[in-house]
Amino acid sequence: MSKNSKIEWIDKRFPLTSNWKAHLSEYYAPKNFNFWYYFGSLAMLVLVNQLITGIFLTMNYKPDASLAFASVEYIMRDVNYGWLIRYMHSTGASMFFVVVYLHMFRGMMYGSYQKPRELLWLVGMGIFFILMSLAFTGYILPWGQMSYWGAQVIISMFGAIPVIGETLSQWLLGDFTLSDAALNRFFAYHVVTLPVLLVTLVFVHILALHEVGSNNPDGIEIKKNRNPETNIPVDGIPFHPYYSVKDIFGVVVFLIIFCGIIFFAPGFGGYFLEHNNFIPANPLQTPDHIAPVWYFTPYYSMLRAVTINFLWIDAKLWGVILMGASVLIFAFLPWLDRSPVKSIRYKGPIFKFALTLFVISFFVLGWLGMKSPTPLYTLLAQIFTVIYFAFFLLMPWYSRIDKTKPEPKRVKE
Amino acid sequence: MKKIKIILFVFFMAPIAVFAAEPGMPLDKAPVDTTDNASLQRGAETFANYCLTCHGASFMRYNRHRDIGLNEVDVLDRLIFTGQKAGDLMLTAMRGKEAEEWFGVTPPDLSVIARSRGADWLYSYLRAFYRDDTTVTGWNNLVFDRAAMPHVLYKLQGEQTVRIEGEKGEIRKLQLDVPGSMSPKEYDNYIADLVSYMVYIGEPAANDRKQIGIFVMIFLFGMLGLTYALKREYWRDVH
Repeated sequence: MSKNSKIEWIDKRFPLTSNWKAHLSEYYAPKNFNFWYYFGSLAMLVLVNQLITGIFLTMNYKPDASLAFASVEYIMRDVNYGWLIRYMHSTGASMFFVVVYLHMFRGMMYGSYQKPRELLWLVGMGIFFILMSLAFTGYILPWGQMSYWGAQVIISMFGAIPVIGETLSQWLLGDFTLSDAALNRFFAYHVVTLPVLLVTLVFVHILALHEVGSNNPDGIEIKKNRNPETNIPVDGIPFHPYYSVKDIFGVVVFLIIFCGIIFFAPGFGGYFLEHNNFIPANPLQTPDHIAPVWYFTPYYSMLRAVTINFLWIDAKLWGVILMGASVLIFAFLPWLDRSPVKSIRYKGPIFKFALTLFVISFFVLGWLGMKSPTPLYTLLAQIFTVIYFAFFLLMPWYSRIDKTKPEPKRVKE
Repeated sequence: MKKIKIILFVFFMAPIAVFAAEPGMPLDKAPVDTTDNASLQRGAETFANYCLTCHGASFMRYNRHRDIGLNEVDVLDRLIFTGQKAGDLMLTAMRGKEAEEWFGVTPPDLSVIARSRGADWLYSYLRAFYRDDTTVTGWNNLVFDRAAMPHVLYKLQGEQTVRIEGEKGEIRKLQLDVPGSMSPKEYDNYIADLVSYMVYIGEPAANDRKQIGIFVMIFLFGMLGLTYALKREYWRDVH
């Protein structure tokens, strides 16, 4: 059998060639992708890294409160190249958030959530929530002091919900306090439930993307301008080979940074692996300072920012509501943005200013979330929480009055 | 414009406020060298002779000391005094229950203490014990106030007391009242060896990791050139 007849044999039974064409060799992507368009494929790379290293970690990790901490150190010392697998997984967790945040920021800059990509954006938000749940459940597993007390803080948030709070947190923990029962179920979520959901949603995300086509830095629809003979968008190029070779280059650049961290600074100065998490969990000893890992700190700051009881709801519950809202609010972007253009290139000065302030507030809140609260820090957190929400809530107003520039007919080189 | 100025001011001034607010005694920089096997071996012997009596290093195996040039025979000769085997974990000789009765707390396991406390903290702590009649053990520590641990190495360092200076008593200095069997310089080196060793057991694979990392980087930079050339070659027909 020749190569072609083998493929024919398969094609009669499975849509191999048609899918190859639809998603790779004849999927037309805009030719003007810039630096910001690497992070989607890089997120896929990190996902695969997490899945593979995760499987190998599971082979030696013990989800038992009395053994978990020691089993991680066993992996670090007695398993062949266990340290490498563990650092790939722990660094991968942080880098997952780095690439996903950059990927989301790209979408915000170039209006990738706007019509017709609202569902694509919503599926992406779903992926983001699952990713956060994965990070949370995964961080509990080493059963160090930060694992334990960080989880304690998050679980106590559920307790703040009126009426059902207490029952809900007991149901989640399977116990009255955070204990072995909770560790076991979080392990189950982390290695089975959430990865299955994540992979499924990523698949749906790509299906949705390939249905509507990729946005680009100019924010114009390349499908509107097709070659009359071939029906191919004039500004489109096939994903494979052009973007496959370009993304491979991006992968190598990413791997240089990724491996640089794994091999030369795996704890990343206490940001990727917190120093206090090298102390075994001790339910009787609350650490002086509980801080989540860096990627959760902006939301953590907003949780702590509310200090007054307001209406009939107390400050703690307001904090929880605000924190939930700070993540959920991204999902409303397609309907908050009333601008006639998509890309920041053609949006007006108000949007540019607002986005800059938003980024500053995200970083400041992130930094404040790592610090113990003082009156000054709490005030700062409150100011920047207001700025953070103002970016979203005022968008329907400022995006409409903003002076926009006309979009070009063709993408710029 | 005024709003921007205020925001920028807050944004840039905030980090300065942090440094002003951070309390605690300044730590001395630990001269750690985890590539000096002779120093690590000296540290290992100190660790086995003194620390292991009360503390464990229960994630570390004795025969792992091959990393620092000690084979199984060396390990049995120089590090094991309790009848354990070379492949065993470095467990403490003390029982947790009794330890708690004697000290009020179980002495923590030291396997990864250098990763949680940091080398500088350990180096400063082990040199900062002083005589204090108000504590149960008769010892106190400038880095860790009211530490449950007595000064195990006082015969080597000697006995220090604390001198309080400054208008509000904010400056606290240690002075050596009774010299020990080592000079201060010798004792500093002795502790440096011990701290280097604790950094080593915190992550025994660290030296391997860095060495492998160099080869990985060389490979990746080679790939960087190749993949860039490949990308340029393909993209010639787009531009």
